[in-house]
Amino acid sequence: MPSLTEFLIIAALLFGLGTAGIILNRKNIIVLLMSIELILLAVNTNFIAFSYFLGNMTGQLFVFFVLTVAASEAAIGLAILVVYYRKRGSIDVQQLDTLKG
Amino acid sequence: MENFLIDIALLTALLPLGGALIAGLLGKCLGRKLTSAIAISLVGFAFLLSCYLFKVFVIDGHPVLDQSFYTWATAGSLHFDVAFLLDNLSITMITIVLFVSLAVHIYTVGYMADDPGYTRFFSYVSLFTFSMLMLVLADNFLLLFFGWEGVGLVSYLLIGFWFNREAANFGSLKAFIVNRIGDIGFLLAMAAVLMFFGSLSYLDVFHHVTDAMNKTISIFPHHDVSVITLICVLLFFGAMGKSAQVPLHVWLPESMEGPTPISALIHAATMVTAGIYMIARMSPLFEYSEAALSMILIIGGTTAFFMGLLAIVQYDIKRVIAYSTISQLGYMAVALGASAYDAAIFHLVTHAFFKALLFLAAGSVIIALHHEQDMRKMGGLVKYMPITYATFMIGGLALCAIPPFSGFYSKDVIIEAVKLCELNGASYAYYCVLAGAFITPLYTFRAIFMTFHGEEHTDAKLRGKIQESPWVVLIPLIALAVPSLLAGEMLIDKMIFMHPKLLGNAIFILPDHNTLEKIHEFPGAILMALEAGTSLPFWFALAGIVTAWLYTMEFPRWSQSFKKYFALLYKILVNKYGFDKFNQIVFVHGTQDSGQLFYRVGDVKLIDGVFVNGSGWLIRFLAKAGRQLQSGYLYHYALAMVLGILVFLAWYM
Repeated sequence: MPSLTEFLIIAALLFGLGTAGIILNRKNIIVLLMSIELILLAVNTNFIAFSYFLGNMTGQLFVFFVLTVAASEAAIGLAILVVYYRKRGSIDVQQLDTLKG
Repeated sequence: MENFLIDIALLTALLPLGGALIAGLLGKCLGRKLTSAIAISLVGFAFLLSCYLFKVFVIDGHPVLDQSFYTWATAGSLHFDVAFLLDNLSITMITIVLFVSLAVHIYTVGYMADDPGYTRFFSYVSLFTFSMLMLVLADNFLLLFFGWEGVGLVSYLLIGFWFNREAANFGSLKAFIVNRIGDIGFLLAMAAVLMFFGSLSYLDVFHHVTDAMNKTISIFPHHDVSVITLICVLLFFGAMGKSAQVPLHVWLPESMEGPTPISALIHAATMVTAGIYMIARMSPLFEYSEAALSMILIIGGTTAFFMGLLAIVQYDIKRVIAYSTISQLGYMAVALGASAYDAAIFHLVTHAFFKALLFLAAGSVIIALHHEQDMRKMGGLVKYMPITYATFMIGGLALCAIPPFSGFYSKDVIIEAVKLCELNGASYAYYCVLAGAFITPLYTFRAIFMTFHGEEHTDAKLRGKIQESPWVVLIPLIALAVPSLLAGEMLIDKMIFMHPKLLGNAIFILPDHNTLEKIHEFPGAILMALEAGTSLPFWFALAGIVTAWLYTMEFPRWSQSFKKYFALLYKILVNKYGFDKFNQIVFVHGTQDSGQLFYRVGDVKLIDGVFVNGSGWLIRFLAKAGRQLQSGYLYHYALAMVLGILVFLAWYM
């Protein structure tokens, strides 16, 4: 059985991978969504690890919430993506600059 | 009785103001003749009133009156009053002022006859008389300053009377600015008086002067100055501006651009003596400051001798007289420095007569030659203008201190007093005034010979047609010639040698300083004139006349060779010791250049560049940088968030 630290390291790596994916990715919005998913999973890993090692079920309970939210968020994100593609004809992140005033 | 006398004094002061207002505001409606008649009669009436006051105070010995009519302003315990101090000094002074003013008023009718600004001129001259009377009658520093500034303003207006001449505008501005520089000294002195005495009234200050004797003030760290010395030096600084002492004398020759009656009234007889009067009035203060007296001696001596030298190389007849005025003011200052205040006022009185006379006579020559002032274009006028010549000669002899003319007595007393003075600088001043006794006749008679004798160098068109001036010009000349001849004999005993003196308690002299007291026994005015041969200044004066005669009449080539062999000296004199150049370069150009510098650096660069445009530019720059941050790309924002979190984590851990 790996120790808590090893779990936390894994979670941190996953989280770092997710953020790096968001920051470095210049191509595809789908990769963006996947990266967000990855971050949430990293958080979930933390929750479960703490829950297990501290013997408190609340953490695992929270994971279900997060998973639910993640699923619905993925659904909404993909829906937006589809609409966006219809409108712009592209899902290139480089062109995703309408936030600029 | 007292109220009556004060009312008379007030009326005396206000009549010329009335004249000024009538001539100034209604002059156009009243016409020339009526305006001048009103102005002259008001000043004439004021003169009669002043004669009455002279009789009551000086001859009958009425005690000193000090009364306030009106409180101008109060600030806490301070009162700024419009109040008159009537004593022998002020009454004597107003009588002289009004006499000369009246003569000048009458003379103006002839001199300005065909000038378009005739009524304006009367308005100014009357206004000047009013200001001068306020200056003289004032019982406190503030009212004195009111008159002081009033005469300065009118002097400015009158020098620039012919405002379409460039030289006149330049001269009036110069006079105004140089006078303002002196006024700074006077204002600071007033502030110091207020600080240490808590009152501006003369009598209050003079009562408490002994309390302030040991007080000191440190202007620079570790340099304590006696308060009284500080006040006196600052007051003298004011007097230097008004009374044209070196180095603030530069405005007086320029003031000759004004009409000649003004040169006589303001720039010779009355206004320039205001500084002398003021110091004589402050004698209770000056007596306690030997340092200030020494300074007056040195500056007065320098002025008396070196400014006289300049008159020798001038060719403008009015400028010769102007430099001689500066030189004579130097004599008066020397007398003040030697604590011979009575002698200074005595010389002031005689000088007022003969210098006004000289100016008016020069003006008469100038009218006859149709406003020609260059002495090289005169000569041989004696046969055309005998009365003008005679009066000019009387003025000239009085100026040269030839007995029995009035100038002899006053100047002789001054020279004697300085000789006996024991203060620092007195011996320097003595040699200066003694040398001045030689210089004065030299330039005076040079002017007389060049103007009235010798070959005619007048304009060919005028030759043979030159006429003696009209009576309206000659009457004032004669009226002034009489006192120029007689005032000395009549006044010397009463002003200098009698007990009590004519000026009475108005002058305060410490026993150690009393130089006039030490002068040998007074033999009587007539004997004094007869014994002139035993005194050095008399022979100096004769030598001066002979030298002038040799140089201008007998051997004119000498002056050419003098110019050649002493070219450097001649150049220095012609350039007036470089005062004008120095002022022009250092002050005028210095001010202009520093103004330019401040404009370029301070205004254009700093205020416009840095503050106004700079703030706009800074905002634009920041906004530009800020715009770069808002790229609209999600990943930039995410990066910012992550970095932010990292910074916070690093901060707290």
